[in-house]
Amino acid sequence: MPADALAELDLDAARAAVGAAGTLDELEDLRKRLVGKQSVAARVKQSIKDLPADRKPVVGKAVSEYTAAVTTLLDERHADLVPVEATGTALDLTLGGHGRMRGHLHLVTQCRRELEDVFVSLGYRVEEGPEVEDDWHNFEALNFPPGHPARAMQDTLYVNLGEPEQVLLRTHTSPVQVRVMETQKPPIYSVMPGRTYRNETLDARHSPVFHQIEGLAVDRGITFGDLAGTLEAFTSAYFGKQLQSRLIPSFFPFTEPSAEFSITCVFCDGAGCRVCSKTGWIELGGCGMVDPNVFRKVGIDPEEYSGFAFGFGLERMPMLRYGVEPIKTFFDNDIRFLTQY
Amino acid sequence: MRAPLSWIREFTPLEADPVTIASALDNLGLEVEALDAPGAEIVGVKVAKALDVRKHPGADKVRLVDIDFGDGTTTVVCGAPNVVAGMVMPYAPVGATLPGGFTLTPKKIRGIVSDGMLLSPRELGLSDDHGGILGLGADAELGADVRDVLDLHDVVFDLAITPNRPDAMSMVGVARELAAHFGLPLRVPPPVIDESGAPTASEVTVRIDAPERCARFTVRRIGVTMGESPAWLARRLTLAGMRPISNVVDVTNYVLLERGQPLHAFDLDRLPGRGLVVRLAADGERMTTLDGVERSLTAEDLLVCDAEGRPQAIAGIMGGSVAEVHEATTEILLEAAYFQPMGISRSSKRLGLRSESSARFERGVDPNGVLVGSARAAELLRLVASGHVAPEPIDEYPVPIVPARITVRVPRVEALLGVELGAERVKETLRPLEIEIEEPGAGGGDDFVAIPPTFRPDLEREIDIVEEVARRVGFNEIPRTLPHTTGVSGGLTLRQRERRLVEDVMVGFGAAEAMTVPLIAVTDLERFGLSIDATVEVTNALRAEEPILRPAVLPGLLKAAAYNASQGLADLALFELGHVFMAPAAGVLLPDERDHLTVLLAGAVTRAPIEADRPVDVYDAVDALDAIAEALELEDLRLVSGTAPGFDPARGAVVTVDGDPIGHVGAIAGSVLDAFGIPGPAVAIELDLDGLLGGTRRDRAFRLPSRFPASNIDLAFVLPETVHAADVERTLRTAAGELLEAVRAFDEFRSDALGAGRRSLAFALRFRAPDRTLSDTEIATARLACIDAVIAAHAAELRG
Repeated sequence: MPADALAELDLDAARAAVGAAGTLDELEDLRKRLVGKQSVAARVKQSIKDLPADRKPVVGKAVSEYTAAVTTLLDERHADLVPVEATGTALDLTLGGHGRMRGHLHLVTQCRRELEDVFVSLGYRVEEGPEVEDDWHNFEALNFPPGHPARAMQDTLYVNLGEPEQVLLRTHTSPVQVRVMETQKPPIYSVMPGRTYRNETLDARHSPVFHQIEGLAVDRGITFGDLAGTLEAFTSAYFGKQLQSRLIPSFFPFTEPSAEFSITCVFCDGAGCRVCSKTGWIELGGCGMVDPNVFRKVGIDPEEYSGFAFGFGLERMPMLRYGVEPIKTFFDNDIRFLTQY
Repeated sequence: MRAPLSWIREFTPLEADPVTIASALDNLGLEVEALDAPGAEIVGVKVAKALDVRKHPGADKVRLVDIDFGDGTTTVVCGAPNVVAGMVMPYAPVGATLPGGFTLTPKKIRGIVSDGMLLSPRELGLSDDHGGILGLGADAELGADVRDVLDLHDVVFDLAITPNRPDAMSMVGVARELAAHFGLPLRVPPPVIDESGAPTASEVTVRIDAPERCARFTVRRIGVTMGESPAWLARRLTLAGMRPISNVVDVTNYVLLERGQPLHAFDLDRLPGRGLVVRLAADGERMTTLDGVERSLTAEDLLVCDAEGRPQAIAGIMGGSVAEVHEATTEILLEAAYFQPMGISRSSKRLGLRSESSARFERGVDPNGVLVGSARAAELLRLVASGHVAPEPIDEYPVPIVPARITVRVPRVEALLGVELGAERVKETLRPLEIEIEEPGAGGGDDFVAIPPTFRPDLEREIDIVEEVARRVGFNEIPRTLPHTTGVSGGLTLRQRERRLVEDVMVGFGAAEAMTVPLIAVTDLERFGLSIDATVEVTNALRAEEPILRPAVLPGLLKAAAYNASQGLADLALFELGHVFMAPAAGVLLPDERDHLTVLLAGAVTRAPIEADRPVDVYDAVDALDAIAEALELEDLRLVSGTAPGFDPARGAVVTVDGDPIGHVGAIAGSVLDAFGIPGPAVAIELDLDGLLGGTRRDRAFRLPSRFPASNIDLAFVLPETVHAADVERTLRTAAGELLEAVRAFDEFRSDALGAGRRSLAFALRFRAPDRTLSDTEIATARLACIDAVIAAHAAELRG
């Protein structure tokens, strides 16, 4: 008998084997293998008589301890298995639980948080503002003078406060930019998610309510290149590295230069399809360098500071990513939609 | 704007393929919304001429048209109003294919089989115009393939032009941009006109009474012979999305498209007083526009009137029918003007009247290009309408508009764009846009003066020049960088993090987040029992039936529950975190706007087969509230007696934090459920979020859990129903002192023996000391103190 015979008495292995036995028959087979007449333990025990005198007590004690421990494990498992054998089967857990409801964040909130987190990781803070705004913050300070044609593009809802057409439901999240610049000194790095309103009837393609997220950076030496780079960093983080983004010149009263930014179409990888009108590009939102007039209105010196701003629709993100449509789905509050995500 | 490639090529020798050109246009900011090849799907459509137009025996609105299609004659049935004998039109015989892949089959109309059909611009896929059959021009060869006649092999760029770019609303403007981009010459030949006869001014008069709204007004007198336009002209207009009407009208439209200068042709013989006056309308003044609609005007609208003061056109927007050119017109007065853009924009918006003309005037046409535009029209009218142009047009231009002079600092341009260009490169980007560069004098450094042309009214400031440089360099050619931020760290505020926590707790509780529209109907408030007093109302909603900004979220959530119930989904748990709006206090402009946390549980809690299903009850709502209070570690959130609109007065409570009411919890009143059409029970919470988040938080100082044994005692009291369990619990806590580790109510019991208005409440108290095992005496003392306190405070009896 080699000196390492005791090594074959592996209590951990025995414990694992006992724990895995699922029926009384399996357990009895295991009992024979572990502590029966043909078992390793029995062989070791028989070999004791051939051992040198000084080894006999050591090995004898180890074998009896092992045998006792394994027998206990087997007996305990036997007690656990008896009720299972009595009913013939284990409980049917597929009946489900006690019926606790599962909650869900709205898809727009999920998207909002994801975008907030992307920008927070880029060093931005999150700012909010009122949904009912005055003309100053929504238009005037953003370089939309009275009668400016771009105001007509906004389809504004006005409310019965102040002078006629003075108080309105904000048409974009940009008034939060104004509030941030009025109350904070540069450097400013902020994103501004929120609810916005247009004078539309809720139907497949229009909604009187939707959400935007807006970004603003004001600092010394901010460049147009920084704007493009920041948008690229964001689209990569949100949509994945393989997407390209591009800027094309556009017009907004509160930025100059102004651009629309697009990403390669997520449905056709830029090959051109129905969703992207065969252009290979999907427009995400507008952006540009903060117009010097806006800086002057909020008391920031445009010769000392420069900045960029960008904004896009929140609903658009899940519409692109998961194909959610029409937009009214977000506001129908059908529980099947609310609990799908 | 629809720009046919062949028309653009007239001004610059573009050889790039259409896809490359489209990409260039995008990058220049003239966004290509669609690249159309209009003829690609059209097969077998021929040119035909109407020989006779006859009445259909079985219908008033459709007619029989005998046509000659070159290879023969036939008869088609046609419903369009504009077909007259002699008109040349596109004809699709049976078997021809139209855009959309639609192939013509014989079709019976009111009992008569039509041998094919005559086509509108829309049916040919050229525009949305379905108001009549497309006229092809008198000289089109009968039987020819319509694709050749209309040059449908051409490619058309459908461009979305931003409001700041009037110059790009023309073929010449688009060509200028592309020529600059591809480094090609731009060739726009000056119009050549042969003038004869009496000078214009000897025959007609012009006066501007509103110079602040009309800086320049010009007229030319031109003798014309009315007729159809030749095919080339009709084709170009058609490709660009306009329907040919007559040679004179078509020429004005052609120049509008080519040069961006809108023109208006008046029939001089129909113009009372043989003159024009530009003046503001009087409030309430009325005129009928060309489209047959009578318009009511205001003192903000600008009119072009005849010399006797009667309105003949809404300036820059649409003409009237009185002095409209017609088939017998022999002499026209051709107006070309510059109107102040914002005035046109406002009138056009208020009247709901947009035209190709107003789209250009509201962006701002070139005040110094006005006469060139009318000269180009004169040149074309000589060609297509036997025009005789009178010399010396009248040109009222009291205060000429001069180009801007903009000092450009090259380092500033580079600093804003984040790219080094050098002075020469900057200037080179500007010159092809016809921006003049005035070099600095000696010692002037890199600064220079840029003088943009007056067809670019968007270029007024240095920053506008920066944008031009960026456009010419290419927005996507500028290296992408990230801001060099220092000392700035991102993050959410405590409030933002706690707001997320509240949302997450509600999700953990099992509620799905809803987003209801904050605009609701007066009836929604009424059904809920809320008053419209102190609410804020939208004054101009398209959806006028829902004008109220919600003062509470629950009405919206109840509507959502009703909608789901109508889908057979009556069991639900919803929450919403959103703004509510109340009228502001006196002297404040903006409403009192706050975040509400609202929860609505409706129908049954489904637990079968593990447990029985049961209807939701108020204690489910209390659970939700507890979960929030626990997550926020609120020190003092209480439920006190009270009710609120919409709630069942017997099954609800006011929620207070630190003693201040912040909202309500309870069951929705049965009458409200009925009013909203919700079948089952519903319970709800509506709270002011900041009231919740502003609450005092529990002390977070560490308390070492004691390892000594606990002593548990139970106490039952008979109490008036008006005493709340929480009140007794607070009394017990105070009386038991520091040794009390936990207390909770564990039994509620009513019986006849206890009497009406009374109930028994049993509490389990767990005592434990941090440093010792409590003695029997200590427990007994604490027990007595608890009993005495409850009896004294709540008119209670200890229950045996």
